[in-house]
Amino acid sequence: MNTDAKTEIKGKERYKAGVLKYAQMGYWDGHYEPKDTDLIALFRITPQEGVDPIEAAAAVAGESSTATWTVVWTDRLTACDQYRAKAYRVDPVPGTPGQYFCYVAYDLILFEEGSIANLTASIIGNVFSFKPLKAARLEDMRFPVAYCKTFKGPPTGIVVERERLDKFGKPLLGATTKPKLGLSGKNYGRVVYEGLKGGLDFMKDDENINSQPFMHWRDRFLYCMEAVNKATAETGEIKGHYLNITAGTMEEMYRRAEFAKELGSVIVMVDLIVGWTAIQSISEWCRQNDMILHMHRAGHGTYTRQKNHGISFRVIAKWLRLAGVDHLHCGTAVGKLEGDPLTVQGYYNVCRETRNEVDLQRGIFFEQDWADIKKVMPVASGGIHAGQMHQLLDLFGDDVVLQFGGGTIGHPMGIQAGATANRVALEAMVLARNEGRDIANEGPDILRAAAKWCKPLEAALETWGNITFNYTSTDTSDFVPTASVSM
Amino acid sequence: MRITQGCFSFLPDLSDEQISAQIEYCLGREWAVGIEYTDDPHPRNTYWEMWGHPMFDLKDPKGAMMELDECRKAHCDSYIRINAFDSSRGFETVMMSFIVNRPKDEPKLHMTRTDVHSRSQTYAWDVARR
Repeated sequence: MNTDAKTEIKGKERYKAGVLKYAQMGYWDGHYEPKDTDLIALFRITPQEGVDPIEAAAAVAGESSTATWTVVWTDRLTACDQYRAKAYRVDPVPGTPGQYFCYVAYDLILFEEGSIANLTASIIGNVFSFKPLKAARLEDMRFPVAYCKTFKGPPTGIVVERERLDKFGKPLLGATTKPKLGLSGKNYGRVVYEGLKGGLDFMKDDENINSQPFMHWRDRFLYCMEAVNKATAETGEIKGHYLNITAGTMEEMYRRAEFAKELGSVIVMVDLIVGWTAIQSISEWCRQNDMILHMHRAGHGTYTRQKNHGISFRVIAKWLRLAGVDHLHCGTAVGKLEGDPLTVQGYYNVCRETRNEVDLQRGIFFEQDWADIKKVMPVASGGIHAGQMHQLLDLFGDDVVLQFGGGTIGHPMGIQAGATANRVALEAMVLARNEGRDIANEGPDILRAAAKWCKPLEAALETWGNITFNYTSTDTSDFVPTASVSM
Repeated sequence: MRITQGCFSFLPDLSDEQISAQIEYCLGREWAVGIEYTDDPHPRNTYWEMWGHPMFDLKDPKGAMMELDECRKAHCDSYIRINAFDSSRGFETVMMSFIVNRPKDEPKLHMTRTDVHSRSQTYAWDVARR
């Protein structure tokens, strides 16, 4: 009998009742070369003291595929070797003793077509509670083209969204209605109207606006659509408001979606916390009803932020692109919420590229061919203002929704002025960039020049021009020193 | 009322020099520049009239500026916009669009409300000509 703890045991000895190491059961193969049709997952693992990293990696592969803690003879009724995920590579994490990157390959047969629920039940079902690991984090995944093709992806996508809205060549502008709780439907619609008339493309419900005692959802929908349509008439532009249809049951979500459609809304919104199956269902509804689907990533910080345990947001973004959302909050890099610039750019690339190349600085570990699945429009929202326009455009380019909530509604001259300040800052910056100017460095001058003829922009820069959120990011790349963005 | 469709409607009207610089940006990305005009700025009026086909093989912005001059002579009191198309896979759409000519007196959009049931409304806009 081969007693090497890292070598698969073959033959009769393999199925004797009792306990074997996971590597001995066949969940580690250092020579395995992943097939083009395999799914690959990259985990960051922190084994308990004394646990060998290769055995820990094999355990991850085992517990996320066929293994249980002991040998079972019933394996022999199946083509069990093919059902076993294979840990095939373990690398120490640079500069972080005790942590390892482990690569696990899964045969395509392990997964049901078109079901994120099935995918996640396997990949993150058990392993994150597994005792021999102190911590585990799913860092990245690679999906074979054949698997991608089982998903319909975003119901609308960036290209069709822009054609439907007739808006090209610059980021879209939005704002979240504030205060997010407490306004009556009538007062709420006022904020929406002012923001849209002032120059924004979208206004937005916040994640926790549903149907509370101060504002019934139907009231909100009616007043918001009055505001949207009136603002369109005042500007000649298509406008929208993300009506949040998140509710306690799927039936109620459909009811709210139908009413939004009946009133002529171009877009509805759900929160990430509704769950994967609900997301795929509402995505299908949107596809059937010409509706853009806005996804607010409410709750993700509970499992994406800490580097040692949880799931990287880049994986969540990949799952959401497959599941099918049109907008996805991906961070701002310069605003109030977590996110170092390169890591955040990595999320944007997951949403927008037709093919991702390996880009370790941005946290992209695998090539990913998206098989022509539509692109998701990233949303930058949270503590950003007109004075950062050059940084935002430089970091994220044109295909993004820039959302200035406080930076619109908190403007000293009013909501319309706040919206106008943001719109003028954006258009001036896009014009300058296209003229070949170096906006990263000349941005503040470009803004000041526009502020000379635009009072609202002058006031915005006076109020917020020096506000920055320079805190060290938690979730950063392991492959480059990272710095916070400053003015 | 100033219709604010397109990339640069919140800025002062672009000079020919500025328009030319934007066209140069488009050509640098191998986008085909096209000119379109209309008297109807309704936000759902997708198909403005084409002033010829998009200029697929154009290298110098001067060519587009000459076409724009001709279009302005023929339709000086209309909206004219410049569109740039990208034919590469995954895009195959307009990448930029901006207004370069407006009528002296821009029309207003008038909104009508029709009762559906309860308080629900159906909204429609029409371009109110003077």
